[in-house]
Amino acid sequence: MNIIITISITAFIVLYSGLFKANKALLPLTVVGLLTALGFTIAAWNGNAVDFGMMQTDNFALAFSALCIVGTLMIFLLTQNYFHTKSENVAEYFTLILFSLAGMIMMVSYTNMAMLFVGLEVMSVSLYILAGIRKRNFASNEASLKYFLMGAFSTGFLLFGITLIYGATGSFDLLTIKEYLVKDYKSISPIFYPGVILMMVGMCFKVGAAPFHFWVPDVYEGSPSLITAFMSTIVKTAGFAAFLRLFAGTFAPIHDFWVIPLMVIICLTLFIGNVTALFQKNFVRLLAYSSISHAGYMLFSLVVLSKSSDNSVLVYATAYTFATLIAFAVLILVKQRTGNVNIESFNGLGKRNPLVATALTIAMLSLAGIPLTAGFIGKYLMFLNVMGDYQILLVGFAVLNALVGFYYYFKVIVATWFKDGSDLELSTPFQYKLVLLICVTITVVLGVYPTIILNLI
Amino acid sequence: MEQLLLLIFLPLLGAVITAFSGKSAKMVSTATAIVVLGLTIFMALNFIPNASTQFEVNLPWINDLGIHFHAGIDGISLLVVLLTNLLIPIIILSSYKHDYKNPGAFYALILFMQVGLLLVFTAMDAFLFYIGWEAALIPIYFICAFWGGKDRIRINMKFFVYTIAGSLFMLMGIIYLYLQNPAHNFEIQSFYALSLDRVQQGWLFWAFFVAFAIKMPIFPFHTWQPDTYTAAPTQGTMLLSGIMLKMGIYGVIRWLLPIVPVGVQDWSGLVMAISIIGIVYASIIAFTQKDAKRLVAYSSIAHVGLISAGIFASFNIGIAGQQGMQGAMMQMLSHGINVVGLFFILDIIFSRLKTNKIEDLGGIAKSAPQLSIVFLIIVLGTIALPGTNGFIGEFLLLMGVYNYGIWAAAIAGLTIIFGAVYMLRMYQNVMLGKTNELTVGFKDIEGTEKLVLYIICALVIILGIYPKVILHLTEASVQHLLEQVNQKLTVK
Repeated sequence: MNIIITISITAFIVLYSGLFKANKALLPLTVVGLLTALGFTIAAWNGNAVDFGMMQTDNFALAFSALCIVGTLMIFLLTQNYFHTKSENVAEYFTLILFSLAGMIMMVSYTNMAMLFVGLEVMSVSLYILAGIRKRNFASNEASLKYFLMGAFSTGFLLFGITLIYGATGSFDLLTIKEYLVKDYKSISPIFYPGVILMMVGMCFKVGAAPFHFWVPDVYEGSPSLITAFMSTIVKTAGFAAFLRLFAGTFAPIHDFWVIPLMVIICLTLFIGNVTALFQKNFVRLLAYSSISHAGYMLFSLVVLSKSSDNSVLVYATAYTFATLIAFAVLILVKQRTGNVNIESFNGLGKRNPLVATALTIAMLSLAGIPLTAGFIGKYLMFLNVMGDYQILLVGFAVLNALVGFYYYFKVIVATWFKDGSDLELSTPFQYKLVLLICVTITVVLGVYPTIILNLI
Repeated sequence: MEQLLLLIFLPLLGAVITAFSGKSAKMVSTATAIVVLGLTIFMALNFIPNASTQFEVNLPWINDLGIHFHAGIDGISLLVVLLTNLLIPIIILSSYKHDYKNPGAFYALILFMQVGLLLVFTAMDAFLFYIGWEAALIPIYFICAFWGGKDRIRINMKFFVYTIAGSLFMLMGIIYLYLQNPAHNFEIQSFYALSLDRVQQGWLFWAFFVAFAIKMPIFPFHTWQPDTYTAAPTQGTMLLSGIMLKMGIYGVIRWLLPIVPVGVQDWSGLVMAISIIGIVYASIIAFTQKDAKRLVAYSSIAHVGLISAGIFASFNIGIAGQQGMQGAMMQMLSHGINVVGLFFILDIIFSRLKTNKIEDLGGIAKSAPQLSIVFLIIVLGTIALPGTNGFIGEFLLLMGVYNYGIWAAAIAGLTIIFGAVYMLRMYQNVMLGKTNELTVGFKDIEGTEKLVLYIICALVIILGIYPKVILHLTEASVQHLLEQVNQKLTVK
């Protein structure tokens, strides 16, 4: 509870400082607020506090909250010279991101379906606005509208699912629903099953899993890059945590029922994400499809429910978040210099900016899943998990997809190092360097010595 | 124990220093490589030639997943470790005439690769083995794609995707074995002890074999190889052919044979067939090559085909296969040394005349007598003339194949004849005959070129006359391995 309150209060303070034109104070205020929230997160570790029967801050929730907070912190650090060029209302954007974060904290710690819905909406509504902050830009408006329509649509599915489940069980409470399922397998009401499927569809919309992924590339491309970075990393992580809480926790007793549609979704997601990414010339769209394919890998954790499922998603999400953050940070730098986000605009980057290029390379290696980076450990855990159930064919399919992944991630590396291009020297502000350093360190340390995170939850 | 850790991490330290040492990168990396070589020789002298694993290191790494940093050296590992640490300084020295852009990165990547290779060759934990396997690939990809020649990007992408495809399936196999293992770890000894049924062994065989076959490469997994060798910078080609290729062979001996013996037994007929087809096929293609570098690349496929045929044949004839297996050991070392020598000579020729086309050359011997002598010695080593290092290995390998089947040996034996024909023909056309306008002012070898080539020639002759110095190191380990495998087969 402390975490949400801290974040919300920070949001209001930031909003008011905007009113008094204290633009310089925005970032320090936000950072202090987020660090305080992070402090509360760490302090609550192992506490398992239940708040009003709506939320439970167990270690699962805390670990994902911490990940979201740290990720958001990175996003705020990247705002240096960013929003100021886009619009006057910087404070509002800071506030919206913070509200969105508050929504996410609810999403990772809910124990009641109503809370899931509230969290999801708090997060999404802020994002609809953020996607459209470039008011006079056509693409930004399109992205915002598309995201809003698709988001509303998927929320509809989710709500309908919740309603059906409420109809069957008479409760929104996750624990009560689980008890209902465990009590007698045969007496489960027939309307419960469509409820589960509808909720799955709604959640798949939110995390961008195929075949509900069509909004992803357009929204990612149209939104301002920094907001895209936020959506594709932190928002996605929160979505997965919510997905996991519901399906690995509450719906676990009827795992046999929903695992088949889930596997279909996984295969489609992997295939569509990877194969389409192969043909992208635009780096943002490439990252969008790559994020779809990573959603597929993360869903692997739901195929076999074991006590390590939660942790493997945490590892994967951490690896994916920080690698993608590096990619977007470099993208923003390149875009500011060249005004262009095609992969070709990375040509010759290595010659002039070896350190930035090295960071980008490490990010790509991690996304591709090369050993000694965090991405490999994440993929390894997912494969291990599914292999444990002897789904050799599914693993084989995932391996083939990983192979396709190597190809397009290496396209970026090839452009960075081996192709001659503009000899532009990027101006890398201090905060960008800091973010790159932090993210690279996390990626490498988790890759070499993952023990520190493996048994967290 | 500390020695092995030092051996593995010294190159890593050297690589980091090299990366930031700018212009003096050559010196720093040479110094590192020589110190590592010294340490290796020291360890080899302290090595007790029996079947035990020595210098063992076993540290917990990722305990929750049963992963340990477990490495050690037995006779088989020692041979490839020696080869690696001997060739790396030679390869670095051979680059002295070149001025690569970004020398810091170039030499650092070579040393990084050395770390990966040493991990592969000493790992006793399958996960560590896999990490090393990939860690060796990334540097060589960057070396070839950054400093390579024409069309390097496309060619190296092919190379990369091929090898990574193989290794991903191997990873699947490793995970599967881990899950089968009741002790839930990646220890090689507990993998050896697993009892897997025929079906499991069958697909595990392929999961591992494809990875190794691509790396070696044996026909028909070889299509990446000639282009990659040609497009890579010379040092990259040397690393690929001299050392990296041995990763595949070592993998077969260390991981494939003892873990899935029944699978190997079931499929070895097919592997023998493709290896022997590969020998003949690569020899014929080598014969038609116009570019000397490509010719050596194809000859390398033929040689590897023979090694692979020898290993699988020896496996099939039980304990008696020891000779063939020893031949494989010897040939791994000899091939590494010889092929590095050949590529170096071709590089010397290319750097002076800007061509490796056989028909453009000729008569170099007149103006470069020293080069012609060392070239001849290395060529003779490659075509396995008695008294050179190539002879012992090929002889023992063919003996292994002969024990398996006379016809197999007859066809595989063609490699010696074919090899002699295309190699000597190449030598003749390049070095002998009339000098032409291009080759008339050819400058003889000098400085580091001399040093490197003399060392290689000395090795060719010493190992040819007194192979026992190597064979006695590996003998006990090879015998132990075969006994272990056969015991497992008889239990089945």
